[in-house]
Order: sequence, then structure tokens, then C-alpha cells
Amino acid sequence: MRSALSEQQFPQYPAPVAIQPAPAPEHAHHPWLQHHFDNMEQQAEASTLGMWVFLSTEILFFGGLFMAYLVYRHASPEGFQEASHELNRFWGTTNTLVLICSSLTMALAVRAAQTGQSRKTQVGWLLGTMVFGVGFLGIKAIEYYDKFVHHHVPGPYFHWEGMYPKPAEQFYSLYFAMTGLHALHMIIGLGIMAVIAVMAWRGIFDEEYYTPVEVAGLYWHFVDIVWIFLFPLLYLIGGHFKG
Amino acid sequence: MDTTATPTLNYLNNGHGLKSWLLTRDHKRIALLYLWSVTAFFFLGGFFALMIRLELLTPASDLVQPDTYNKLFTMHGIVMVFFFLIPSIPATLGNFLIPIMIGAKDLAFPRINLLSWYIYILGGLFTITAALTGGVDTGWTFYAPYSTTASNSNVILAGLGIFITGFSSILTGLNFIVTVHRMRAPGLTWFRLPLFVWSHYATSLIMILGTPVIAITVLLVAVERGLHLGIFDPALGGDPVLFQHLFWFYSHPAVYIMILPAMGVVSELVQAFARKNIFGYAFVAFSSLAIAIIGFLVWGHHLFVSGQSTYAGLVFSIISMFVAIPSAVKVFNWTATLYKGSVSWDSPMLYAFGFIGLFTIGGLTGLFLATLGMDIHMHDTYFIIAHFHYVMVGGAIFGFLGGLHYWWPKITGRMYPEGWAKFACLNIFIGFNLTFGPQFIVGYLGMPRRYAMYAPEFQVWNVLSTAGATILGIGYLIPMVYFTWSIFKGEIASANPWGARGLEWEIPSPPPTENFLVTPIVTHGTHQYAPSHEVGIV
Ligand code: HEM
Ligand SMILES: [Cu+2]
Repeated sequence: MRSALSEQQFPQYPAPVAIQPAPAPEHAHHPWLQHHFDNMEQQAEASTLGMWVFLSTEILFFGGLFMAYLVYRHASPEGFQEASHELNRFWGTTNTLVLICSSLTMALAVRAAQTGQSRKTQVGWLLGTMVFGVGFLGIKAIEYYDKFVHHHVPGPYFHWEGMYPKPAEQFYSLYFAMTGLHALHMIIGLGIMAVIAVMAWRGIFDEEYYTPVEVAGLYWHFVDIVWIFLFPLLYLIGGHFKG
Repeated sequence: MDTTATPTLNYLNNGHGLKSWLLTRDHKRIALLYLWSVTAFFFLGGFFALMIRLELLTPASDLVQPDTYNKLFTMHGIVMVFFFLIPSIPATLGNFLIPIMIGAKDLAFPRINLLSWYIYILGGLFTITAALTGGVDTGWTFYAPYSTTASNSNVILAGLGIFITGFSSILTGLNFIVTVHRMRAPGLTWFRLPLFVWSHYATSLIMILGTPVIAITVLLVAVERGLHLGIFDPALGGDPVLFQHLFWFYSHPAVYIMILPAMGVVSELVQAFARKNIFGYAFVAFSSLAIAIIGFLVWGHHLFVSGQSTYAGLVFSIISMFVAIPSAVKVFNWTATLYKGSVSWDSPMLYAFGFIGLFTIGGLTGLFLATLGMDIHMHDTYFIIAHFHYVMVGGAIFGFLGGLHYWWPKITGRMYPEGWAKFACLNIFIGFNLTFGPQFIVGYLGMPRRYAMYAPEFQVWNVLSTAGATILGIGYLIPMVYFTWSIFKGEIASANPWGARGLEWEIPSPPPTENFLVTPIVTHGTHQYAPSHEVGIV
């Protein structure tokens, strides 16, 4: 069956596009250039933009929790304040410092790849980042254990000696949801670091190709920043240090 | 047309066997994987719909128990919304066409593209398991505290299914955004992009900004059910209205995930079959973005009767009317394009006409609902059901089928039987209006949704509706048959059977694996049906 739209019936205007050969790429084909990209710049830009877009989804992912936090904090400020006093500010502060250090080593790892430093240096900084990451999770585990022992984990065994048991339980619901999700991101980040470290060890990265380190770095800094928001919201607001 | 074309190497015959499909990174093959799976889900959802309509043939609950009925409409909603309407056009036509339309060899992240299909299937398996092991009875909206405490059905499993599928949607959106930003051929500026690409760009923005919120929301429902966290359940100190806010913050924009791609398809069809440049290109392009942005501000119109403050209701009511403006802009621009065009009535165009009519009805009734007082009368009646089926089924499915017919020769290299296609389109149109038209009336008269039983005076409308659904169901089966037939027996299609414009029509049908052997250089708008100086497009 022939379409009603034949060329005779409707005269064609000049072709809408000129298909001409694109200028030959100046650089020789880089071994890590994927076939569907024209050049290394395009590939690097795509990966970086991809990570930024992904991180914007992450912001909204955590955003739902922040929203819930704001709503309930607004509904019972005293209860939340009372509940947050039971968090261990010492460990919280320590963990903040640990994460900031890990971001520093991460930045140095990216720089090491960008400036084509030896693979030992690259792997060194990456391992440093991982050590801090594991340290963070270790401290988190100590804190969780502490909550468990004191029956501050929401659910049937929740126990609260204070004026506001309901809001306190809610606070801890949000505390576990938010820090749990954050910890999950740390664990995924450690996995990514391990892969990147292996790649670095194989000497893949140099001045021309370092996008994976850079992109992994963006992710790591993001997870760090989420904590920078969680820490004051959960540990610090309305607080007074117990004497 | 040349039926003796020698077989050349293309994406279909370049590699055979299951493995070459299941491990492919070619956006065109992934599009076909999606096409098969969304079709399967469509018929699964259709089966549930059929059961619902059969039960409603009589006022009593005689076919299934009310409990089973609850599970039927829930599964129908979940499958249709999350597994058909949301992925249908973007994941099939979008995946197939966007790289070609912008002169790229593939999407920016081919591996992520394949991954998103696997995630989709995994989510689907969870949901099907939930259905087979007892089902879910909360409605597709999972309202708390019913979903968190009262319901004793498979809420967690179904929620996980949606949670997982959400990531597939996020990854698709991410891939499209990066591709449109970074992979355009030299010379293809933003204002030379086909409108199909613009509408997918806007859709992708909604996907990446909205989906994470529903993901966290169903996750919270799941942990609340499983671990007794007190987020939504009032008995645990939570707030069920917060659930509704979070849910609709995604799900209202999500309705535009379903409709914007269809609008993109219609923009292409109207131009191709009226042989005219779209009237007001920039308006149509920007209206997609406007819909995407305003769509995020109106979720509260689903909460008019939830006890939110009157002021909030008023504000949401007014903003909801704003979102109708960019939608109307599109309808006016299509109409203006058709005006005095030499329109040809090929089957894709019939679908486009159907789309415009049905979407207009659906959109106008949306305005009724956005009016506070009206909505209090009509909330949770069949009027709502009719409204959203007109936009989602009438809109999204007509767009999908129209696009599928239009690009079928490009995708498969074969033509389909035009007479049958016209017949099927007519069949669907009549069946559709007979199914959902009476629901406006019976809803206005007060028949509530989500009950297996109803007052006897509503029966006549329900019988009409069920009759319509039968016609509609048959209408959907016909394209299945002739499309399958055409793959084997259809006439060989030329590169450009419609004499249409756009980069996709400049390459052979079916396209070669790499789409373009050399990257094209674009010198002016890709969709010009008239010389550029006449229409003022650069
Ligand atoms: C033209 C602008 C639109 C306006 C002003 C509008 C307005 C509304 C309002 C106020 C409601 C809530 C009714 C109630 O629950 O009482 C509603 C429900 C709904 N609308 Fe729209 N709508 C519009 C377009 C659309 C489109 C384009 C779609 C889908 C593609 C859509 C899908 C839905 C769905 C799915 C529901 C009901 C959800 C449920 O309760 O299960 N709407 N609409
Ligand atoms: Cu809405």
C-alpha cells in the first residue's frame, strides 16, 4: 500500500539538512574513547554532566526525608530537641572531621590523576579516602549500637524516659532513615573507590583520561555534603551541651 | 516503492541470537526490548481492566468478591501507570529516535541504557510476584495509613517493585538529558531540535526531579510497615497527609511524563501530514518546559478533600489552571498548523486527530476538577476516572500508537496494511468514547470509584461502558496482529515512505547499526517543510 504522500503530489523544498562528512578528528584515536563519541572532550563532558544530573536526583531523594524532618520538627520542636540531646555529639563531630579529611584525600586523588602523577600516588590517595570512609562507618556502627542498647531504636522495644516519647520516637525514625540512607551511600561509595583504585593501579589514568576518578570524586563529595546538612539538623539544632 | 531492495547490514540483522539482543548496547535494539515488554505489561493491565469491567456489568458483586475487586483495580493501576504509561513512549520511541534525530550514534551511556531495561524487568518481576502471591488492595496510590498498617496484602513487595522501576525511569531521563546536551551533531542548535526531542527533554527533567521523591516515599511506607517507624501512621505519631503530599509531588508531574512524549509525537505527525512547519515552533517547545515546571507546583489539587487549609486549596486551584495554559498553547498551535494545510488522512494522522480531540476533553474536565467546589462534589467518583482516562488513555495511548505507526517503517523496514490500520484506529476511537464517555455522566450523578457494588440506577451506564471496553479491547488486538504480520510479509519500506522531514528519514530503513556513517552537519532546522525565510526559523 502506497502512502498518500508521494513526492509528486508535494514538491520538496531543499533538503533540510546537509549530510556532509564531519571534519576528521585531530587527535589519534584514544584507547579509552568509546565508539559513539567523537572525541575525548565530548566523552568527558558527557560523563561529568551525567554525574551532576544523577546528583540532582539524589538531592530530591534525600529531599523527601528532609521534608518529613522539617514537618515533624515544626510540629513538635521540644520533642525533637529533647530527643536530639541523646545523640552523641562527640562522635558526630569526629565523624564530620573524618569525612572532611576523606574529601581532601579524594580531591588529591583526582589531582594526582589529572596531573599524571605515578599510579602509586593515585592509589595512595584513593586508599586514604577509603580508610576515612571505613572509619566513618565504624563510628556510625558504634553510635547505632549505643542506640540499640538504650532502646532508642523505634519499634516495639522503643523506650524513652522523657517528656515527649512520641516525638522522640519519630525523631529516631527519621534519624535512622536519614543516617541509614547516608551510610548506604557511603558503602556504595567505598565500592566505587575500590574499582577506581584497581583501575588506577593498572595505570589507566593520565592527563588525557581521568574522567572516572573525577566523576567518582563528585559522588564522594556529594555524600560528604549530605552529611554536612544532616549533622547540624540532627545533632546540633537547639542543643546545649550536657555538662 | 522498491520491493527488491538488496538486504544490507542494519541493526536488526547485525548479530543474531538471544545473546546479541540481551547484551546489546544499541539504543535501537534496547528500544525494541522495551517495546516487547511494555506491550506485555499493557495486555496484563488490560486483562485486569477487563475483569473490572465485567464485574461492574451488574450492580451486585457477583463475579468476584469485593476484596478481589480491590486487588484487581490496584494491580490494573500499578501495571498501567508504572509499567506501561510511564515508560511507553520514552523508552521505546524515545530510545529509538532521539539519538537519530540529533545525529548521534547512540545515547551518551549505552550500558546504563541496557541496565535501565533490566531494572525495569526486575521491578516488573517484583510486582508480578506481588500480584501472584495474594495481590495488593491499597489502590495504586498506596494511601497511608491504609498501606502502612491496615492492609494485610503485599504492600512491601509491590512498593519495592515501583521503587526499583523508578530507577529505570531515572536512568532513562538522565541518559536523554546528557545526550541532548552533549551529543547533538554540529550545527544542530537547540532551536533546530525536532519538537519530539524537546518534549522528551522536558519529560526527562520531570523523571529525574520527581521519581526520587516517589522512591523515597514508597521506601518509607515499606520501612514503616516492616519496622514500625512512625512517619505516616497517626497511631505512631505520623501524618498521613504528608504521604499524600509526597506522593502527589511526584505523581502529578508523572501524569505529564505520560502525556508530554505523546504531545511530542503529535507535533511531529501534524507537521508531516499537513506538510507544513509547525505554527509557533518556539511556543510549542517552551510550552513543554512550562508544563514540566508548573506541573511541579500543582500537586495539592489532589488534596482538596484531605483537610488541607482552604488557602492552600485556593492557591493550588489557581496554579492548576495555569498548567492548562501551556497545554492549550499546544492544542492551538497544532490546530493552526492543520489550518489550510494539505492534510492527508493516513493512519498516524488519524491517531493524532484522536489525540487532539480526546486530550482536549480530558484537559477541560481537568479544569472542572481544579475548581475547588466542583471537585468536592466529584472527588473519588467516576468523573475522575473518566477525566484521567481521557488524558492518559486517550492522550498517551493515541500518541503511542500514532507514533508507532508513523515510525514503524523506519523501525522494521516494512509497511503495515493501511486499511487495517485505519479500521483499528476507528475501532479504538469508538470503543474508547463508549467506555469512558458514560463514566463522566455516571460520575457526575454520584457513582463512587473503587467499589465492586453500586446502586442499580447506574447500571445502564455501566453496561454501555463495558460494551465499549470490549470494542476497545478488540481494537487494541488488531494492531498487534497486523504489525506482527508486517514484520514478515509487509511491503519493504523506503527510507522515507511519508516524504517527511527529519534526520531519521535521511538514513536507510531499518537504520544501520551506527545510524550515521559520518556525523551529519546540520545547516538549518531539521523539520522544514517550507524554505526557512518563509517561516522565520533559523
Ligand atoms: C489540563 C490540566 C489538568 C488539570 C487542571 C487536572 C486536574 C485534576 C484534578 C483537580 C484532579 C483531582 C481530582 C480528584 O481527585 O478529586 C485530577 C486527577 C487526575 N488527573 Fe488530572 N488534570 C489535568 C491534566 C491531566 C493529565 C494530562 C493527566 C494524565 C496524563 C491527568 C491525570 C490525572 C489522574 C491520573 C488523576 C487521578 C488520580 C487518582 O486519584 O487516582 N490529569 N486532575
Ligand atoms: Cu494532578
